[in-house]
Amino acid sequence: MLPRPFRVVQYRRELRDTFTLTLEPWDGPAEFSFRPGQFNMLYQLGAGEVPISISGDPARPGQLVHTIRAVGNVTGVLQRCRPGDVIGVRGPFGTPWPVAELVGRDLIILTGGLGLAPLRPVIYSVLANRPAYGNVEIIYGARSPQDLLYRRELERWRGRFDLRVHVTVDSAGADWHGNVGVVTTLIPRTRIDVLHAAALICGPGVMMRFAVQELMKKGLQPRDIYVSLERNMQCGLGLCGHCQLGPFFVCKDGPVFSYERIGPWFEKREV
Amino acid sequence: MSSPLLLSGATAILPAAAFHDLFALLRQEGFQPVGPTIRNGHLVLDCLDGPDGLPRGWTTEAEAGRFRLQHRQDTAYWGFNLGQESWKKFLFPARLPVVTAAKHHGAISYAPAANHVPPYAFIGVRACELAAIWIQDRILLSGPVIDPHYAACRQAALIVAVNCTEADDACFCASLGTGPAATAGFDLALTELCGEGGHFFLVQAGSERGERLLAHLPQQPVQEGQWQQAQTLVAAAARSQTRSLATDGLPGLLYDRTEHPQWDDVAARCLSCGNCALVCPTCFCFSMAEETDLENVTASRWRLWDVCHNLDHSYIHGGWLRPSSKARYRQWLTHKLGAWLDQFGCLGCTGCGRCLVWCPAAIDLTAELQALRKFPPKE
Ligand SMILES: Cc1cc2nc3c(=O)[nH]c(=O)nc-3n(C[C@H](O)[C@H](O)[C@H](O)COP(=O)(O)OP(=O)(O)OC[C@H]3O[C@@H](n4cnc5c(N)ncnc54)[C@H](O)[C@@H]3O)c2cc1C
Ligand code: SF4
Ligand code: SF4
Ligand code: FES
Repeated sequence: MLPRPFRVVQYRRELRDTFTLTLEPWDGPAEFSFRPGQFNMLYQLGAGEVPISISGDPARPGQLVHTIRAVGNVTGVLQRCRPGDVIGVRGPFGTPWPVAELVGRDLIILTGGLGLAPLRPVIYSVLANRPAYGNVEIIYGARSPQDLLYRRELERWRGRFDLRVHVTVDSAGADWHGNVGVVTTLIPRTRIDVLHAAALICGPGVMMRFAVQELMKKGLQPRDIYVSLERNMQCGLGLCGHCQLGPFFVCKDGPVFSYERIGPWFEKREV
Repeated sequence: MSSPLLLSGATAILPAAAFHDLFALLRQEGFQPVGPTIRNGHLVLDCLDGPDGLPRGWTTEAEAGRFRLQHRQDTAYWGFNLGQESWKKFLFPARLPVVTAAKHHGAISYAPAANHVPPYAFIGVRACELAAIWIQDRILLSGPVIDPHYAACRQAALIVAVNCTEADDACFCASLGTGPAATAGFDLALTELCGEGGHFFLVQAGSERGERLLAHLPQQPVQEGQWQQAQTLVAAAARSQTRSLATDGLPGLLYDRTEHPQWDDVAARCLSCGNCALVCPTCFCFSMAEETDLENVTASRWRLWDVCHNLDHSYIHGGWLRPSSKARYRQWLTHKLGAWLDQFGCLGCTGCGRCLVWCPAAIDLTAELQALRKFPPKE
């Protein structure tokens, strides 16, 4: 349960309520190794501790990057962090996206809202090893053009010939010439070989539910669909009991699950 | 039923008049005896100076939604069963500081909270309670993550078990094979013989440490008749139990029946008070709480018991994953009698009966499981 002190080296405002902290260890080993999809418990003295995904590049373990939306008590205090401040970090926790296991396959990376943060490390890893994968399709949905996270990076990825990036927003003004509508409407546009494809999904619960249905309609098998789940987490260690979903502790058996494994529980209400 | 008492290990008869010597010996060995005692009319677990602190001559009447302490006809030390507190009170305290944090010159340091753990002697651990400790060992000691406070307390503690010679109406240990006789996990086990033949304890050693202690106690050899008497009493305590819990089909039965109408039925009675999980000797859920000074320079992080009946147990920003009391009771029962098997290879229930006794609505998990076993009535 003991955090390690990390120093904030960069604060970056992403959106109205969303920001990115870059952290370096205050003492101890200078590197923080993690696998895409894992999360840390971030602790702010006086406020508390919250689970936050790691959103940086796994190939650059010298810098620990977290993108956080200020929604409440702890995340609100974290938003006031500036370079030089010290916060506590425990982790990394949880199961990763199966990036290495998916070599050779077509990929659909499907996210909504802040769900892009825990999938960004996957995108970095895939791009670092681009020839090893088949077609790669990124589908990203946000509420409005003003809510597009990592916008400059998205534009850079969109400019590549070895990647297809589909972006949609729920509503927009006249100056938006992109897609309008929910992310699931973009799934039929993807060019994948369903027999050799996998989908990685992270976003709000409802979005994930519809996305899974749409992907299965397209022909993907439950074992080829991966989702990342969110639950209340007090420990990250499989001890506090809060993150349970049926037989699983989401903090250690997840947060990334294959749909084959989690599907029966994912479809039940209020479990 | 075959012989309920463990037959291996050293055994002896300790006259009841020499019970003080056991406490004196434990103190001499550096232990702090703790056990059942009556405080303000309640049966609790607390420090004991000697056998006089025990609820001698008292008995418990425990039924679904009902608990009474009554005087007995005899002067037995152990003529009662369980109160609401379990040994979890010491091993896994309800409130425990775990981490402290301090700011100094721009830096922050974190340290494990210093918790003094005395070497306890747990006096009067019933068989179902040994089972509960065994279950919590699997959760908190078997890794990969170990609870340091639990480990330290458990390591230091000595266990004096007591075999039940009577059962309460709420008990159903016999159906789960967890009692009423202590078969493992103790240093010493006592069976109280209190009647015309005199007042004695049949003492069995369950560990080397137990044997060593036993050798230091004033004792007499066990007579064949005393063995018989002890066996008969414990077997009768098992036979007298009317409640039972059948485990066949678990956990799949519960996984498959999340939409069974019985959940609505129980939800109409359940108050979501959380008593059942708070008195349960195996429930382990906790929340973390932050306590700071006014300047926000030092802080302690506390571990507090939490229960899945609390709405906030499932809170995530924007709402609750289990908003209805139906979903929360279902989580509780499905965890105890279902998911626990997948997670830890055992049930989360020992048959102690506390959850039904301390339920203000007298909800009985054995009855709920029975109802869930029946298929929903056809429309
Ligand atoms: C595996 C995982 C990864 C996450 N990754 C990110 C991320 O990369 N960026 C990000 O902004 N958010 C992420 N979240 C959500 C983030 O943990 C919550 O927004 C945060 O806990 C809210 O805390 P608060 O104190 O500010 O809010 P409050 O509403 O004041 O919440 C009070 C407490 O409830 C609990 N809680 C509330 N919401 C959540 C939640 N959604 N998940 C878990 N516990 C919660 C926390 O213990 C919190 O301290 C993640 C959650 C999980 C489970
Ligand atoms: S039954 Fe509920 S309170 Fe008890 S350990 Fe399970 S989730 Fe926690
Ligand atoms: S579930 Fe009830 S009967 Fe079973 S161990 Fe817990 S309190 Fe005792
Ligand atoms: S977060 Fe505590 S058990 Fe998963």
